[in-house]
Amino acid sequence: MFAFIVQRLFQAIFVMLAVALVSFTLFQFVGDPINNMMGQDATEEQREALRERLGLNDPVPVQFLRFVGNTVQGEFGLSYRVGKPVSELIAERLPATLELVAVSAVLALVVGVPMGIYTGLKRYSVVSRLFLTVSLVGISLPTFLIGILLILIFGVWLGWLPTFGRGGTVDLGLWQTSFLTLQGWSHLILPSITLALFQLTLIMRLVRAEMLEVLRTDYIKFARARGLRNRAINYGHALKNTLVPVITIMGLQIGSLLAFSIITETVFQWPGMGLLILQGIQFVDIPVMSSYLVLVALFFVIINLTVDLLYYAVDPRLRIERGPAGH
Amino acid sequence: MRLRIGVAAAIAAVAAMAMTPHSDARAEKVFRYATTGDILGLDPHSNNEGPTNTMKGNIYGKMLHRLPDLSLEPDLAVSWEVIDPNRWRFKLREGVTFHNGNPFTADDVVYSFKRQTQETSDMAFALATVADVEKVDEYTVDLITKGPDPILLLNMPNFYIMDKEWTEENNAFEVVRGAGKTNYPNVNANGTGPFMVEEWVQDNRVVLVPFDGYHSNDKIMSNFDKAVFTPIGNDATRVAALLSGEIDLMYPVPLQDIKRLESDPNTQALEGPELRTIFLGYDQYRDELLDMPGSGKNPFKDPRVRQAFHQAIDIEAIKRVVMRGASTPTGLMVAPGINGFMEDMNDRQPYDPDNAKALLAEAGYPDGFPVTFDCPNDRYVNDEAICTAVVPMLERIGIDVTLNAQTKSLHFNKIGKAEDNNTSFFMLGWTPGSYDSLNPLMQLMTLGKPGHGDWNSGRYTNPRVEELTEEIKTELDPEKRAALIREAFQIHKDDFGHLPLHQQALAWGVRSDTVEEVVQRPFNDVDLRYVKLK
Repeated sequence: MFAFIVQRLFQAIFVMLAVALVSFTLFQFVGDPINNMMGQDATEEQREALRERLGLNDPVPVQFLRFVGNTVQGEFGLSYRVGKPVSELIAERLPATLELVAVSAVLALVVGVPMGIYTGLKRYSVVSRLFLTVSLVGISLPTFLIGILLILIFGVWLGWLPTFGRGGTVDLGLWQTSFLTLQGWSHLILPSITLALFQLTLIMRLVRAEMLEVLRTDYIKFARARGLRNRAINYGHALKNTLVPVITIMGLQIGSLLAFSIITETVFQWPGMGLLILQGIQFVDIPVMSSYLVLVALFFVIINLTVDLLYYAVDPRLRIERGPAGH
Repeated sequence: MRLRIGVAAAIAAVAAMAMTPHSDARAEKVFRYATTGDILGLDPHSNNEGPTNTMKGNIYGKMLHRLPDLSLEPDLAVSWEVIDPNRWRFKLREGVTFHNGNPFTADDVVYSFKRQTQETSDMAFALATVADVEKVDEYTVDLITKGPDPILLLNMPNFYIMDKEWTEENNAFEVVRGAGKTNYPNVNANGTGPFMVEEWVQDNRVVLVPFDGYHSNDKIMSNFDKAVFTPIGNDATRVAALLSGEIDLMYPVPLQDIKRLESDPNTQALEGPELRTIFLGYDQYRDELLDMPGSGKNPFKDPRVRQAFHQAIDIEAIKRVVMRGASTPTGLMVAPGINGFMEDMNDRQPYDPDNAKALLAEAGYPDGFPVTFDCPNDRYVNDEAICTAVVPMLERIGIDVTLNAQTKSLHFNKIGKAEDNNTSFFMLGWTPGSYDSLNPLMQLMTLGKPGHGDWNSGRYTNPRVEELTEEIKTELDPEKRAALIREAFQIHKDDFGHLPLHQQALAWGVRSDTVEEVVQRPFNDVDLRYVKLK
């Protein structure tokens, strides 16, 4: 177990370095930050001096090594746009994104899994067919369109929910939370539904397919033959065995929730990480872009590690196979 | 069954929350407005960018203030006289305090001059002709210019005054940019302007409150208790926020949504001309066109070819179809309202593709030639759409155009000095920061000397225009100066030095149920002095 974690951590470092290197190479193609930082009336000398001060004249490998060196010391640099420390910007934005992603993930699980079980058990009921039809919409419509439709219906036509931004936050010192006020929740509803819809339908369909498969297996038949109650079979045996792939997919999907949040955050002007990176790219804010990419890579690494550890908990076979070799 | 209860509970929860967003009722008058992006910072001397400058103008006092009709009125300077051609004496307003209560004196002007003219200051251009500022007494200063400067006053609205004491207390003389440490005044503010910053959460909101001690509170229209500025990048979201009443004003309105706002009884679209001129430029410098390697030829060196391009463009069609009427076609490189604009010179050569073809043939290119057209796709109103419309117009006269539309940071890099003007044919837009024609003459139409030709990406030059520009710099007699500008613009026009297209229109969306009146100035920003709520 310990060796496994250490091995994974080493892999993680390589992944992070690779991500940093790739992103740094990409930055050479996003343009020159100087044109965004200096107005039209700045002289060529001023531009050149700023370029020099920012170290943009150094060769790419030098810039890369400097970045890695600083990052290892926890120093992400200053954003080019306003001159605030990037770590401060990320600390401001991270809670917004994490709360949005958390609500979406919970929503996707809490709604998606029961729907999957229901449609798996009652394949031919009208409600199941309805769920499946509606889920097609969730899977096929692009996120931004869903977001704009929700804004139009609930924000503009009905006027029930706010159309943009994050409001009613409560400051907990390091963390600004939306969870403690009704207004905070009202701002969360539309973006989290938008973000969750795709995952929700995915999980529903996955659970349904797995349920159907498991219900056909021999041990379920034997369980029935033994006269176990339906509830015990469906939830005690069948559901448990469908969960391994669901956990894998959900782990990966939390990663993509973070990634998809860029679109949702843009549509709803949600002041999270996605908006930060998007504005960073438009401005060619290299410190923001590189820190974001490294951070997202870190998230993925942590999520994958967690998922691997969860397998241990759910699937006893893994524990045996990885145990001390006896045979 | 349990599921159904869950759904019912969810609906109930939504309904309960529906009460909240509109319940923070307007007990106090709050003006909420939104545009595409956040300000770059609060430091008055750090950045030179339209929306940021306007926000700085809400907070900081300047020597003079520019009214919505572009004329000047006293702000911190109340009167002035020219003592000798290189020395201007300004009387300062007495009894003015900064937001923190510190008194305003001549020392603050001297200090601000030193701060604003540092190399790192992007606002240094406004004081480029000023050699020094001397304190005469507590409320009098002399500005000593490097040579006679006819447009010194026009630059005074860009001379922002900071509090010496406050800036020194925070150890912020240096205008820090992008390296080393955070620039304290960029995230904090202390001016003499009519509004104080209550809070700035980057990319989220800037909250301003009126400053009771503002020296001319009786002269401004605004009557709100609080103004909240929110950046909303997505066009559709911005329109939705206005329609739902969460904001009172937003800009720009996407051209296709203007009708939508007009048809809603609670919103209206406010349109007006902007000062920015959009134009195309051609490489007149290289001996060989970038797209014709090995030919040894650059067709754009021939004025007939440039005229052919000009006459091939159906500007009315661009106005009608691409801009949906929201543009003013132009024949000059400056807009009405800019000092030096002449109505009688603003005509264009008529649209005439046949003549354009004939001109090309005369110049030796009866079958046209290939050219890459560099265009931004996120900078000006419908920029890429304009370029896409220009392509078939040029193809009609036989030019083989390859459109290269890309994001602004890449575009400006390519056509600018960073890549040695790596372009043959490009789009650019320009608003003179000084509101005077000298600025485009220096930046766009002349070459060679420092401060000249930084965005003359096609490297147009004419010896007579260079001479005239030098004279315009120092000619103090307004009439003689206007005649010089006229001559320079006429030569540039006859040379077809650039291809001016139009001034784009401003389009603001306003809630008519909450906003009583708002004055739209010819730049795309809201000066809060001119906002009145119901």
